[in-house]
Amino acid sequence: MTETMGLAELSLLVVYIAMAIITMAMVAFAVSYAGSRAKKLVVRDRVPALVGSAGDSEPPAVSAVEPVTELPKGRRASNVGMSLTWLAFAVLLVAVVMRGIWAGRVPWGNMYEFSLTSALGVLAVFLIFSFFRDVRWLGIYVTTVVLLTLGLAVKVLYTEAAQLVPALKSYWLIIHVSAAVICGGAFTIAAGVTLAYLLQERRLRRTPEGQEPPVSRLPSAQRLELLNYKILTFAFPLWTFAVVSGAIWAESAWGRYWGWDPKETWAFITWVIYAAFLHARTTAGWRGRRAAWISLVGFLAFLINYFGVNLFVQGLHSYKGF
Amino acid sequence: MSDLASDLSTQPAAPPPLGTKGFFRWAWRQLTSMRTALILLVFLAIASIPGSILPQQGIDPVRVNEWIANNPTSGPILKRFGFFDVYASPWFAAIYLLLFISLIGCILPRSFMHARALRAKPPVAPRNLTRLSSSTEVSSELGSDAVIDRAERVFRAKRWRVRRGQDEGGPWIAAEKGYWRETGNLVFHIALIVLLIGVGYGSLWGWKGNVIVVSGKGFSDTLTQYDVWGGGRMVSPSDLPPFSFTLNEFTAEFERGEAQRGAPRFFEGKLTVRDTPGAVPYDTTIGVNEPLSVDGVKVFLVGHGYAPHIIVRDTTGAVVFDDTVPFLPQDGSFTSTGVVKVPDATPQIGIQGLFLPTAALDEILGPYSTFPAPDDPGLFMSAWVGDLGLNTGATQSVYRLDTAQMTLTGREALRPGETWTLPDGMGSVEFVDFTRWASFQIAHDPGQGIALIAVTFAIVGLLLSLFVKRRRMWVRARPAETGSTVVAAGLARGDDERLESLVNDVATAAASDSAQNGRRK
Ligand code: HEM
Repeated sequence: MTETMGLAELSLLVVYIAMAIITMAMVAFAVSYAGSRAKKLVVRDRVPALVGSAGDSEPPAVSAVEPVTELPKGRRASNVGMSLTWLAFAVLLVAVVMRGIWAGRVPWGNMYEFSLTSALGVLAVFLIFSFFRDVRWLGIYVTTVVLLTLGLAVKVLYTEAAQLVPALKSYWLIIHVSAAVICGGAFTIAAGVTLAYLLQERRLRRTPEGQEPPVSRLPSAQRLELLNYKILTFAFPLWTFAVVSGAIWAESAWGRYWGWDPKETWAFITWVIYAAFLHARTTAGWRGRRAAWISLVGFLAFLINYFGVNLFVQGLHSYKGF
Repeated sequence: MSDLASDLSTQPAAPPPLGTKGFFRWAWRQLTSMRTALILLVFLAIASIPGSILPQQGIDPVRVNEWIANNPTSGPILKRFGFFDVYASPWFAAIYLLLFISLIGCILPRSFMHARALRAKPPVAPRNLTRLSSSTEVSSELGSDAVIDRAERVFRAKRWRVRRGQDEGGPWIAAEKGYWRETGNLVFHIALIVLLIGVGYGSLWGWKGNVIVVSGKGFSDTLTQYDVWGGGRMVSPSDLPPFSFTLNEFTAEFERGEAQRGAPRFFEGKLTVRDTPGAVPYDTTIGVNEPLSVDGVKVFLVGHGYAPHIIVRDTTGAVVFDDTVPFLPQDGSFTSTGVVKVPDATPQIGIQGLFLPTAALDEILGPYSTFPAPDDPGLFMSAWVGDLGLNTGATQSVYRLDTAQMTLTGREALRPGETWTLPDGMGSVEFVDFTRWASFQIAHDPGQGIALIAVTFAIVGLLLSLFVKRRRMWVRARPAETGSTVVAAGLARGDDERLESLVNDVATAAASDSAQNGRRK
């Protein structure tokens, strides 16, 4: 017994290490902002020297065409941030795998483990994303969210329990929850992109007619809007699948596929709001700011489902009872 | 702009015209517009919220009554407007029905349009292609017909649908691809309607019931055996399939470690099942996530508890009651309550019992259980004598004792095997031993298959709709002094970051001879 307990404690220790690394990454990203501000760099998007040919369809920004021999200070800091984020991901992955080995099952059987895996999911989506786009500007948001999630996990939700309540013993646990975790990562990243979009959009609106908007490290509003849409077109079908697989599981565990349990209800609300977002995007007068707000409300519904329902509402999904 | 881009534009919000016919046409247009669909979706989301906050009749009727009792002003008002049964309330139904009417009104014309588009050729090339936002112009050494030939080969290799033509501007080719996008979108939306039909069908023709079966006893599928039974409007209880089963044994295990101590870990029931009264019986096990399928019906294990075996003797020593009585768990440690009614004794005897699998005594709260497994079982009883009130005609719950016309004779705590002699020679109560019971939900939902097929189609349709790109492209070749001038242009539905480069690729591929294929302009 003591030997196996050791593995759980070790896993927790590794989580703390991951949190320390994430904190450093966060600082690096923050420095990169401060650095670029002070120097008033005119680097908008990718520096041409860094433009990879694969998967990169964006034309280099005109203002960055001057050859850059030495990386500017802000950029170097954000590169450090990215490297630390990769490291944190690897370390957190080790922690999660250790937890799974200790428990002898998939490491998402309770709120603590679910939070760890979700943080890992957010990092994974962010890092995969970094292959296709320059997303360093999103680093500060991602590290903050991950740190908050992990902090909540170790401080509030930590549990030594290894075994599952019977209703969770099903291969649907693997299918349903992994889909939900990836969606959580994608929704979280999309919300960060939307926030950036709203900032940029406001900046544009506040710029007097005929004047250039002030320089920003963030991508253009137009590009952010498209990015949000792309992430959500990936996440929405997956969320649909997550809800459906949950229903199939509920049928085998509780004898009905849909019962308007609070968790089910909020999953449905989340789904409907994101569907509304997809519609808003193709509706005249709703595209842009209004659609962006709808997608943020969708993320809020997702958060309510994740935290609110698990922690505060009595229902079949509160991980108690039968 | 071509129709591809304007297909989806919403109708302008014109004021309603005069005249009934005109008004209805206007109202129908409004209802089936994208903006209405959007607003109804938002309403649907908002309308779902109260049901997750307030207790709901269909899930927890006891808490509904408590809530209303605790909120005497707002409770009855909320009840009147269906807030305790949100998902069956008229206003909730109004929203989703409007949404689905809007959906049908939206899908029908689009289906016809799409069916026509599937059979139509790509549209004629516009005269001036450079006016389109994604266009490019390159010069070629090839003749104009050769350019178009090459362009056709490029398109056909990528399975575009093509159409060639010729006008005073020279030869042209039109190509289109990505019809699956719209097909997928229509499949998705139609699948949602089918899903609603499946859900509705299931609730009209489906039924479900709950029953508690004590270990060692049996159940046969007739209405009278159920503790609770509810069926759709189109079901008659005589339709119940005539299977039966016996619960031979029920096993439950609980967490004994420090963390989550007492949490359930494992449940299993061993059953002997008969599909029909005369059929050969067979053994099977049932667990959580492992329902039993029999004769189109599913049996789910949904709960369990303890059933003490109690024998009551009357003043003369004759046995007047001898049965295992299911007690209902009140907390996670299975502090369980139950009632024994002995109408055959004179005077009648009623017993309120508290079964504790692991008994403990709290100075203030009284007896309670500290662990759900029967490590140290005890039965605490209060005995009442008098009139059980069974003859008043009102139905009584078997789990509640009406003590209005009874007097308390005494209280006692027993271990298994002990007997309590009631005061004043009223008889005796023996706590022989105890066994377990399991509760089953038995359900038949004929709409499930439809719903599952519908959601499968919905997901596939959604993927097509989101990831297939609908593109239209044209290439014109105008004869020049040497060779020709090639103009290519493209149009896409929605955002399409790759269109620009595709247009360039096609233009270069068509303009260059094979040796230079792939050269950028
Ligand atoms: C039952 C409620 C509805 C749901 C859940 C729903 C959901 C969706 C989703 C998720 C999409 C995204 C697919 C895409 O962007 O291609 C979509 C697209 C679309 N929906 Fe709906 N929809 C509903 C009702 C309606 C109604 C009533 C209309 C008619 C006005 C409608 C018209 C459309 C159209 C035209 C598109 C295509 C948009 C595009 O091509 O980008 N939908 N719908």
